[in-house]
Amino acid sequence: MSQAPEVSREPVVTPVRVVIALCLIAPFVAMLWVGSYAKADPAFIGIPFFYWYQMAWVLISTALTMIAYQLWQRDQRARKAGGAK
Amino acid sequence: MNDGVNGVALAVFIFFFLAVTVMGFLAARWRKAENEHSLDEWGLGGRSFGTWVTWFLLGGDLYTAYTFVAVPAAIYAAGAAGFFAVPYTILVYPLIFTFLPRLWSVSHKHGYVTTSDFVRGRFGSKGLSLAVAVTGILATMPYIALQLVGIQAVLDVMGVGGGENTNWFIKDLPLLIAFGVLAAYTYSSGLRAPALIAFVKDTLIYLVIAVAIIYIPIKLGGFDEIFADAGEKFTTTGVGGLIPAEAGQWTYATLALGSALALFMYPHSITATLSSKSRDVIRRNTTILPLYSLMLGLLALLGFMAIAAGVKVENGQLAIPQLFENMFPDWFAGVAFAAIGIGALVPAAIMSIAAANLFTRNIYKDFIKPDATPAQETKVSKLVSLLVKVGALVFVLTMDKTVAINFQLLGGIWILQTFPALVGGLFTRWFHRWALLAGWAVGMIYGTVAAYGVASPTQKHFGGSSKEIPGIGEIGYIGLTAFVLNLLVTVVLTFVLKAAKAPEGVDETSPEDYTADAGDPGVQKDLTPVH
Repeated sequence: MSQAPEVSREPVVTPVRVVIALCLIAPFVAMLWVGSYAKADPAFIGIPFFYWYQMAWVLISTALTMIAYQLWQRDQRARKAGGAK
Repeated sequence: MNDGVNGVALAVFIFFFLAVTVMGFLAARWRKAENEHSLDEWGLGGRSFGTWVTWFLLGGDLYTAYTFVAVPAAIYAAGAAGFFAVPYTILVYPLIFTFLPRLWSVSHKHGYVTTSDFVRGRFGSKGLSLAVAVTGILATMPYIALQLVGIQAVLDVMGVGGGENTNWFIKDLPLLIAFGVLAAYTYSSGLRAPALIAFVKDTLIYLVIAVAIIYIPIKLGGFDEIFADAGEKFTTTGVGGLIPAEAGQWTYATLALGSALALFMYPHSITATLSSKSRDVIRRNTTILPLYSLMLGLLALLGFMAIAAGVKVENGQLAIPQLFENMFPDWFAGVAFAAIGIGALVPAAIMSIAAANLFTRNIYKDFIKPDATPAQETKVSKLVSLLVKVGALVFVLTMDKTVAINFQLLGGIWILQTFPALVGGLFTRWFHRWALLAGWAVGMIYGTVAAYGVASPTQKHFGGSSKEIPGIGEIGYIGLTAFVLNLLVTVVLTFVLKAAKAPEGVDETSPEDYTADAGDPGVQKDLTPVH
């Protein structure tokens, strides 16, 4: 990606982007590994673990997507500012 | 089931139905644009929707009446296995975060209205674009039919669906009226109608769920009691269980993943996405849309409550409406039924618009009348949206309900086969168009044949959507297996075709088109379709 010095691009893979990718991949690992949560205990207000755990992941994955979104926006702004110089 | 008509519930239902009908017709004047005779206007609401409208529209679109009836019905029948809908909707959002903004940008730059438009532009292949369009239409039709099944379930429980021995016309009249009204305002207002009605639908749904999830457990003695009762039922009947068994875990995971990959291949999801006014609206939406997943999870638990409440129905689809009727006072049951009924109208409208757009853009304009003007396109789209709905109605009235459900199941498998062309195309031009077409064909054939061969206790064919995965030996979702096969064929053939120097086709897009945003040069807010 770094043939032309004029383009002066930062590397495509940066630590921030790795974090973004991890935020987006985490729900896949958690949800597709069914064996990790296919159990009844501990129950929460009478709801078996299997059910409340997955519902909790709705919230966790939302938080992760929000983080990814914020980081991505910051990343894009930084690139634009860098490109304008 | 009660024999008599539930008068109070029916009155409340009719009240809400009339209210949304008026809204549907008035929607044509909402955010009206200058050029109303373009497909962008009628079919994409002028591409002007902001974060909240898009949120309601997508929510109303993806979480359909059928979802509300079928997910708890699956839980009611089989327990844990039906809960895969929750991880499925969790996985959808990181996926769309990744690829939909690119689709939005390239579509806005080139005036694409459908996914097939994009595939044709990217790969320069009318054949591939036709394959994607036909798959989209085929997969959407039974989906619309299922919305009617959802309305029917509600009407049945209210006592106006009629018994088996009533005259068919009287029996189906309420459904005919509901659909006539829907068809009329979709025709006149286009995508604006479901967008506006979605507000009412979702407010009602959230209200009903919030009340149900607090009120019903209190009446039934708490969640401990509910799960104990449900567990008991599963052990006595020997079908299903509270926790998926070791053997069912592959099925659970593959169903969740396969369905998540498929969801945004459906034309109606894309229509709702492209109608948003900027790239950012989509990403922002992925952070607020999971609210619906939470609601879906709570709703799924209603299936257990139906067991605990002693609801006994032969047709699982009736379990939830029946639970509402048993548990709620009549007037609130009416509100709940209205929520489901209106919940069917919104997606049915969007789906028929999406199917019509596909037909107009990728069959009519590409193959029948290449020089069609935007006004003609809009006219054809409007007519086709009517035809699609009539087709769905005939389907539901003349054939057994299970036929619609079988086709819906097949539709999910089919639509997933357009993934490599669409999402692959958004990120790379490496795939060869003919390889994509061949992969698609292999996936379609494998998926159809495999689904045909699945038997269930009640059906000889199309008895389910899971089957042994060749080579792994576990039971998995057929759609995902077909998708992997499709991808393999595509990759191998791409190597072969590249080596043979087969013509690649012209790519009319350029890399920066995929990241363009509103306000960038060349991205107009309101594009008229290219002609």
